[in-house]
Amino acid sequence: MSEVLERVRKIVIDHLDADPDKVTDKASFIDDLEADSLDIVELVMAFEEEFDIEIPDDSAEHILTVGDAVNYIQEKLAA
Amino acid sequence: MVRRVVITGLGLVSPLGAGVEISWKRLLEGQSGAGPITAFDTTDYACTVACEIPMVDGRGGGGPDIEGSFDPSKVLSNKERRKVDDFILYAIAAADEALDDANWHPESDDDQFRTGVMIGSGIGGLGIIADTALELKEKGPKRISPFFIPSSLINLASGQVSIRHGLKGPNHAVVTACATGAHAIGDAARLIKSGDADVMVAGGAESAIVPIGIAGFIACRALCTAFNDEPTKASRPYDKDRDGFVMGEGAGVVVLEEYEHAKARGAKIYAEVLGYGLSGDAYHITAPSEDGDGGYRAMIAAAKNAGIDPATIDYVNSHGTSTMADGIELKAIEKFLGERAATGTVSSTKSAIGHLLGGAGAVEAIFCALAIRDQVAPPTINLDNPAYETTIDLVPHKAKPMKIDTVMSNSFGFGGTNAALILGKVD
Repeated sequence: MSEVLERVRKIVIDHLDADPDKVTDKASFIDDLEADSLDIVELVMAFEEEFDIEIPDDSAEHILTVGDAVNYIQEKLAA
Repeated sequence: MVRRVVITGLGLVSPLGAGVEISWKRLLEGQSGAGPITAFDTTDYACTVACEIPMVDGRGGGGPDIEGSFDPSKVLSNKERRKVDDFILYAIAAADEALDDANWHPESDDDQFRTGVMIGSGIGGLGIIADTALELKEKGPKRISPFFIPSSLINLASGQVSIRHGLKGPNHAVVTACATGAHAIGDAARLIKSGDADVMVAGGAESAIVPIGIAGFIACRALCTAFNDEPTKASRPYDKDRDGFVMGEGAGVVVLEEYEHAKARGAKIYAEVLGYGLSGDAYHITAPSEDGDGGYRAMIAAAKNAGIDPATIDYVNSHGTSTMADGIELKAIEKFLGERAATGTVSSTKSAIGHLLGGAGAVEAIFCALAIRDQVAPPTINLDNPAYETTIDLVPHKAKPMKIDTVMSNSFGFGGTNAALILGKVD
């Protein structure tokens, strides 16, 4: 498991009070983890802080799953 | 046909404990909910005492093994708790208890549409507003939580309670400083009388024991500063040594119900909301007029609304904040009671729980309903040396068992806003 995935999972578990077993690569924030649109805004802010990056709103709109977040962050860090 | 309104459920989170019965028991025993402030470091604060809610984590004099300690995790998950200021948390807990007590959990469309919520607050999410302002300054606008606004707005207490219980009738919130709780119950009763709803979940909540709240009321010269070393003696309405109010926190919520609706489903009835009166001082932003005219007119309006003679009121739960205004209110009550002043009974339960600001009127209305149920007037603790000569029994130190058919609760707020509620026994 990548280090980014682990850090993302920790934030998601913490912010959404989610069952760790459910926070998989494919888990959808809204459909699987009971998040609403404001929860996702907060999650994206937490990712920005954790990884010291900026995630513009139009990119954030496409982050729907844990995997989406990990991929986006990895690309951003590699750039 | 005139629609009558009765109280069928009670819920409390108070400085004497989480729950109606534990708070009432301790109130009648003469216990004080005051202590040194544990919510934050009070170095440099002129006032270091408050009536905090006893918490399971040890704050406010509570603990995991201490009966009546408030456990937020039993009300909301960690995730949900981050989305509400404490005043909303307390309101949700009190509303849960009141609805359970009333055994009213509407499921049909019709029942849900006919049940509304009116829970107010004096100040709302003051602590979160202050913390977020600091974050804005330190980190800039992009770091502000999306939950900042919905966690601090006053009407989100009503909003959260409605979402939690599926209550789709009128959804409203009162903001009249320290008269909020009384206005909320009075206005909600009127919504039932006018046919807008059959059931209303009504009350007030406050969570202002935060640095900016305490500092703000110190600056108004409103808080007690002379009893930092003896917190349980700090709130002493009508006593010669009183020198300001002691801040309390928590929530009081009642279930109000149209009488026939309550009877038809066999609900337990605590009391009837007989009368409600309102007035404005048009005098000063924080002080009542010397003649107590505003409070007097609210009481008269309530008696007129109830259609009763003031002399029939057995017990008055006064606003009595432990400030210089105690005497002004007492004179107004004497004038209001007329001949009954010779044998009248008045107490201030703020002596035990402090001043819950926007929650006060609702909490005190609950105590009034319980006074009718148990036929006992709760005491004014710490009243060692009365500052006033009066024929009225101010119920010093010890609860007073007595015949109680009709009670009045007074609540007055900054800005010169006054409310009086009259409750009566239902046979």
